[in-house]
Amino acid sequence: MTAEQHRATVPLDPSIAPPGTRNFRDAGGIPADRWHADQTGETLVPTHCCFCGVQCGMYLRVDRGGKVFGVEPRNHDINRMRLCPKGINAYQQVNHPDRLTAPLMRRSRDEPFREASWEEALDFTVSEIRRIQSACGNDAFGLLGGASLFSEKTYLVGKFARVALRTRHVDYNGRLCMVSAAGANKLAFGIDRAGNPFSDILLTDCLLIAGSNVGECFPVMTQYVWGARDRGASLIVVDPRETAVARTADIHVALKPGTDSAFFNAVLNVVVEEGLTDEAYLAEHTTGWAEVRAKAAEYPPSRAAEICGVPAEQIVQVARTFAGAGKAMAWHARGIEHHSQGVENCLTVINLCVATGNIGRPGAGYGTITGQGNGQGGREHGQKSDLLPGGRSIMNEEHRRQICEIWGIEESDLPPAGTSMMEMVWQMQRGEIRGLIGICNNPFVSLPNYRVVKEGYDAVEFHAQFDFFLSETAANAHVVFPVTTWAEDEGVMANAEARVVKHNKAQEPPPGVRTDTWVMCQLAQRLGAGDKFAFAGSREVFEELRIASAGTVNDYYGITYERLEETGGIAWPCPSTDHPGTPRLFEDGRTYHADGRIHLQVVDWHPPMDPYSDEYPMSLTTGRTVAHFLSGNQTRRLGALVEQTPRPWVEVHPSLGFRSGDPVRVVTRRGSEVFPALVTEAIRPDTVFVPYHWPVPTSANALTVDALDPRSKIPEYKVCACRIEAGEEVDIVPSPPVAPGHTAYPETQVSRTDPLPPTSPQGRGTAERS
Amino acid sequence: MMGRTIFIDPGRCIGCQACVSACRECDSHRGKSMIHLDYPDEGHTVASLPTVCMHCEDPVAPCAEVCPADAILVTADGVVQQADTTRCIGCANCVNACPFGVPKIDLQAKLQMKCNLCYDRTAYGLAPMCATVCPTGALFYGTVEELKAERPGVQVADSFTFGDVVVKTGVAMVVPADKVQWPVPGGLPIVQINGADVT
Repeated sequence: MTAEQHRATVPLDPSIAPPGTRNFRDAGGIPADRWHADQTGETLVPTHCCFCGVQCGMYLRVDRGGKVFGVEPRNHDINRMRLCPKGINAYQQVNHPDRLTAPLMRRSRDEPFREASWEEALDFTVSEIRRIQSACGNDAFGLLGGASLFSEKTYLVGKFARVALRTRHVDYNGRLCMVSAAGANKLAFGIDRAGNPFSDILLTDCLLIAGSNVGECFPVMTQYVWGARDRGASLIVVDPRETAVARTADIHVALKPGTDSAFFNAVLNVVVEEGLTDEAYLAEHTTGWAEVRAKAAEYPPSRAAEICGVPAEQIVQVARTFAGAGKAMAWHARGIEHHSQGVENCLTVINLCVATGNIGRPGAGYGTITGQGNGQGGREHGQKSDLLPGGRSIMNEEHRRQICEIWGIEESDLPPAGTSMMEMVWQMQRGEIRGLIGICNNPFVSLPNYRVVKEGYDAVEFHAQFDFFLSETAANAHVVFPVTTWAEDEGVMANAEARVVKHNKAQEPPPGVRTDTWVMCQLAQRLGAGDKFAFAGSREVFEELRIASAGTVNDYYGITYERLEETGGIAWPCPSTDHPGTPRLFEDGRTYHADGRIHLQVVDWHPPMDPYSDEYPMSLTTGRTVAHFLSGNQTRRLGALVEQTPRPWVEVHPSLGFRSGDPVRVVTRRGSEVFPALVTEAIRPDTVFVPYHWPVPTSANALTVDALDPRSKIPEYKVCACRIEAGEEVDIVPSPPVAPGHTAYPETQVSRTDPLPPTSPQGRGTAERS
Repeated sequence: MMGRTIFIDPGRCIGCQACVSACRECDSHRGKSMIHLDYPDEGHTVASLPTVCMHCEDPVAPCAEVCPADAILVTADGVVQQADTTRCIGCANCVNACPFGVPKIDLQAKLQMKCNLCYDRTAYGLAPMCATVCPTGALFYGTVEELKAERPGVQVADSFTFGDVVVKTGVAMVVPADKVQWPVPGGLPIVQINGADVT
């Protein structure tokens, strides 16, 4: 038997396959070993992972034919060789058989897609834009970008919307990610980024992690957490679930979802009561402390304990541990940000850090853990509805004048601020937005309240989507433009530390595939704005971005591609080419507000927007799994990741009487869906958890509420009222759509209905007690 | 004293299976992972630990000792190799002999499969793929001195008892510093034999 035959007959290893999954096709993926190629003559291209905000350095292995066929760890400063399963398998999507390689087109949703030429698809798109805008005004056409794009492309999305489409309606899927943290940081510090680099975690005496399942969402960051623990740091985790990191914490606060600001106000209350505040620092560097202190006084531990469902003593313990440490840090993520008071939750964490003097020192400060690869950089240069390049405000006359000068347009031609992503969907539903281009996003899976999203998109007269796989959202479009993966273009991303890193091109795009930059420039040319979009590639866009950001808080002027290659990454602000960048903020005690002070904000807790009732007495909370990324459009096609976590589940406490594998129906005011139960003591009895990477019929976001934070407009994914009941069947493996002509793996489209027990990557398996 | 080897630290494992994916990428394994995750307290905690071949030293690799086809080679530097495919008869003696439950049999191919410490990498001074990528350091490759430099106070064990038998391994485990036992009890307690209670 040859080696090839041997490999072909190897069955799925039962020790890694989920129960009931006989082979990779049962699980809905392609074989993990499909991509191995002849190794001789390979080259290694240094780049970074395309996924989360850690931005691990990696090498892509490229064969003699110029094709990416593997990955090799890279000793980059951020990750020091480490990679998570998503990073290890990411290369498999580059030459995946599901890649779109020709534009798909149809004139109405009643027709099937057909492959079209680029000329035809571009011309049709432009004629539809013109038709809709001439009939209903420029603002009747919208643009939705993505935070997995390189910063050059996000800059171009903002410019394309305002200069070529001349619409106010542009936003991006980072709106679903960390805008609450961004809003809080801007309010308090005048700058929208984490205060400290990851490496400061290794220097801290107390690490507080709020609302972040670091082990599954940012696995490589765990090395810093464990490093801090090795050196004796205390670890406090605030999370309704006992995650892998919470399991090892000195204090795990399993609070009820949606009660974070009450908890942190109460912690601050104890800090004040016990005289653990840094009054000298507060007097010299802050405004608003008296008001914040007075508000905290309204949250004694006894009151917060009742709201949060945790012991009052635990609140006291957290306060003493955090404030009593010499150097303390707080890192937070979607768990406290995905709320109708997401900004306020983040502000209460900032208040705690500042009140204890833990700002701007090695090992002392705060950080936001970014979900998407460019969640940080994706909004810095004008993709967000209210921002212009360099983080300028679109409402600020001076900022508008500056950008119009750089772009060479009249001030009167620059549209005002638009609305947020979810609000745009509501406008689509109401017929106010009639045409839409989506780039690198998949709202059919990622937005809350799926029914509303579907209605909104169905109501749109023309919808075009840029993507390299046919996402659930692209499958609803009239035109789908096949664009490059991250390995087929160059560009920069800013990670969770605001460190700008350079991605390099590892292979030429497949025939028929173009870069997002090329497509936007072609559309702009046809719309009569070609002179403003004469970009040959990312490098030219980056040069304009550098100039557009010069002198702003988000200053990229001193960052060049060459410097990024040499240094492995530079944290902004970096105002000149001899500036080393700014890994740690506020070392001189000054913030980016005009008065140089931290503007502390008063926060009052209010209950979640979806009220509990006798009919809906429990909390539904949602989140990620380690094997999948966002809407799963990419990871649900990669064999190893599908094998690892083929389907969603619902985590329920043993006291609710279910056994693992039982079909459980989760019912909210938006609808109901059935998931196999994963019975575990790692969740509160009054709360259930469903991971959100899958589409209907097993979609967590068919159930979540489309309530928004009034300031950040982030949806309240992390809590809604629900009830659970015995279900009748379980749809197990929802597979992503596949374009016409891409039917290499038809078995992946089959969904199974037998209620098999689920497994999670962390083995939260059976409730059977031995 | 143990040289450069893998150290397994269950306290750091987050169950992400990066090691499983990485093992598939190792060129000597060709798309097949030789690692699996164990969940020692499922349903109660999220605790997990990666299981790799322990590369037993004393007695020399029980799997190799019992192999009737002499298919399992132990190299001079102590690496217990995967069974030679030209000699392996798929009898599963190695599976039964291994005290750590590591070797598997590919029933269709009638071949044994197990971790070979990424010999294609370690022979050239590179760390095995699993330990290279492990995001948390639950798998660490290096010397015990390098481990202690990175993790002050760490305590490791490379001897395990199975009843009266002591097995010394080439791969070491990190054990709780305040519960040092030497050797470490290995495997699960035997409570029944052929249905009879022996506790």
